[in-house]
Amino acid sequence: MARAVTPRRKLFNTLLAWAVGMVIFFPIFWIFVLSFKTEGDAISTPLEVLTSAWTLESYAVVQDRSDYFKHFTNSVIIAVGSTLLGVLVAVPAAWSMAFVPSKRTRGILMWMLSTKMLPAVGVLYPIYLLFIEMGLLDSRTGLVVVLMLINLPIIVWMLYTYFREIPVEILEAARMDGASLRSELLYVLTPMAIPGIASTVLLNVILAWNEAFWTLNLTAAKAAPLTAFIASYSSPEGLFYAKLSAASVMAITPILIMGWFSQKQLVRGLTFGAVK
Amino acid sequence: MRFNKLISAAAAATLMASGVAYAETLTIATVNNGDMIRMQGLTDDFTAKTGHKVEWVTLEENVLRQRVTTDITTKGGAFDIMTIGMYETPIWGKNGWLVPLDDLSAEYNAADILPAMSGGLSYNGTMFAAPFYGESSMIMYRADLMKKAGLTMPDAPSWSFIAKAAREMTDRDNDINGICLRGKAGWGEGGAFITAMSNSFGARWFDENWNAQFDSREWSDTLNFFVNMMTDAGPAGYATNGFNENLSLFQQGKCGMWIDATVAASFVTNPKDSTVADKVGFALAPDNGMGVRSNWLWAWALAIPAGTQKEAAAKQFIEWATSNGYIELVASKEGWANVPPGARTSLYENANYKKVPFAQMTLDSILSADPNNSTVDPSPYVGVQFAAIPEFAGIATEVSQEFSAAYAGQQTVAEALAKAQALTNDAMEAAGYR
Repeated sequence: MARAVTPRRKLFNTLLAWAVGMVIFFPIFWIFVLSFKTEGDAISTPLEVLTSAWTLESYAVVQDRSDYFKHFTNSVIIAVGSTLLGVLVAVPAAWSMAFVPSKRTRGILMWMLSTKMLPAVGVLYPIYLLFIEMGLLDSRTGLVVVLMLINLPIIVWMLYTYFREIPVEILEAARMDGASLRSELLYVLTPMAIPGIASTVLLNVILAWNEAFWTLNLTAAKAAPLTAFIASYSSPEGLFYAKLSAASVMAITPILIMGWFSQKQLVRGLTFGAVK
Repeated sequence: MRFNKLISAAAAATLMASGVAYAETLTIATVNNGDMIRMQGLTDDFTAKTGHKVEWVTLEENVLRQRVTTDITTKGGAFDIMTIGMYETPIWGKNGWLVPLDDLSAEYNAADILPAMSGGLSYNGTMFAAPFYGESSMIMYRADLMKKAGLTMPDAPSWSFIAKAAREMTDRDNDINGICLRGKAGWGEGGAFITAMSNSFGARWFDENWNAQFDSREWSDTLNFFVNMMTDAGPAGYATNGFNENLSLFQQGKCGMWIDATVAASFVTNPKDSTVADKVGFALAPDNGMGVRSNWLWAWALAIPAGTQKEAAAKQFIEWATSNGYIELVASKEGWANVPPGARTSLYENANYKKVPFAQMTLDSILSADPNNSTVDPSPYVGVQFAAIPEFAGIATEVSQEFSAAYAGQQTVAEALAKAQALTNDAMEAAGYR
């Protein structure tokens, strides 16, 4: 039975939620504001920043100095490519763990998740050497593989959770009707898990888009995505706040738009199985 | 006749082939600052002269350092030219990771490079990186506030004068801090400043046997002097202020004095960004009567990683970017105040450049810093605001974190020094120095 919520309590909860939301959103709002200011105005007091003239100067400088579309294209290919490859590998893995579990399944899942706790820099040199050896340095192919491997535990875990919600009897019925393993996966399981797969894809595209350690360390001029584009405007010696903000807005806008339109699926996917 | 045609065709084909091979595309890793960005904008001039194209990888200083270090230690070959500093150059040169720059052309006139720069970018007398620009540190002060306080800034002031002036110039009601200095953790941020300052107080990082010296009276004097002065006359939260934060404060008219990189002089005197552009004076970094001033020495320089397939083209680029011709190119397009400073002797003999208000003080500051004799007592290391050993960056980052915690009031100066002493000795022992 749902608890009764008084109007005052409801008002308090709403205000609190808005306040928390505003605090979380404020840095993005401020980056947006600074991106429309000159470098001189961007370092003044907050009130002066808001009342000073608005300009597109920083965007013009960023556009002139950097090849935004090259970085954008790299980001799209790396984020989408690594996610799709990850799903391709993770669907069979999650299927076996969800429907044919062994006594070690739980342990394997926990071990996979534990690899996310390893500091990335700990394996930088081995991976860098492998990349040199395989000729993958500064290539989109290399990054697609590395980001796929990094996000694979999350993809497997999410798909495993969704698959567990699907009644095993449906798969058994398909088998009784003569479906092969391939048909079972492709024509029975996958269509039923589409909402879960979609939210997994969305979340991992966002994770891959925002990944900044490997994308900075394994690229140079050719495969550098938008994370490198932003990094090129940060400086401890010299004022680049307005340009850095403009570059940041340009880098996060595509993923913000994608997140905005798919928020329903994302929330649904992330809370799937949480309430029964 | 037919034979001649054949020879001619072969010669033409060879020429064409060599022409195609000659036009290289260079990948250059560089740091994001005004001078480097200006160079990127002028790259077309290099391409027009040589046919070589350039792809830039511009990164924030700390990211760049990590990126190029990973690449050069693994012989990754991702870059044909790297932008590195005075700290890395002698260490990498000693390890054989860089191409020696001892065969640059006669027109380049390597002898014109300031000796302080070529010395700091060499190992065993061989230059391994060419300075794009050089810098020291100096005092930038508000002449109007100094006058209002009834004081006159000497060309070469002492720390006691600076502390007195800082307290006199402080006006909390009008949000004016007498002095703004770096307190931010990081060996290249607050760590660089306090190390250079400690030199003038007679302190040093190590004795001749690589024992840490943070338990000395000189280090205690340095840190206590710094904390007391900043508490009385520095901005709130100075423990997290670095170059950019202080530049911002100074440009907004909130600092009476600022001791920092000489390259900042062009920023604070630029009326487009600075509200105090016409009120700035310059002086040498302070001393303490011990014969060593508290200014550092640094250069951003261009180096070629050993093993690059494009060594000849890379050398051509370095000659172009660090030449007098490049300086004149910048001057013709952006004015003499914006040319890369601190690298060439002839720049300071140029009548046009002599008119730039901070030119002479920049040169005097650079010339007064000696990386080979940076401390009052003898020390086993080379470097003014750093010790040119591979372990220094890691150790100094941790030490500066302890110091910043003391500036923020999270621990006492004595506690910070005790921790610095212990962690430095531990690290040096682990590295086999002790």
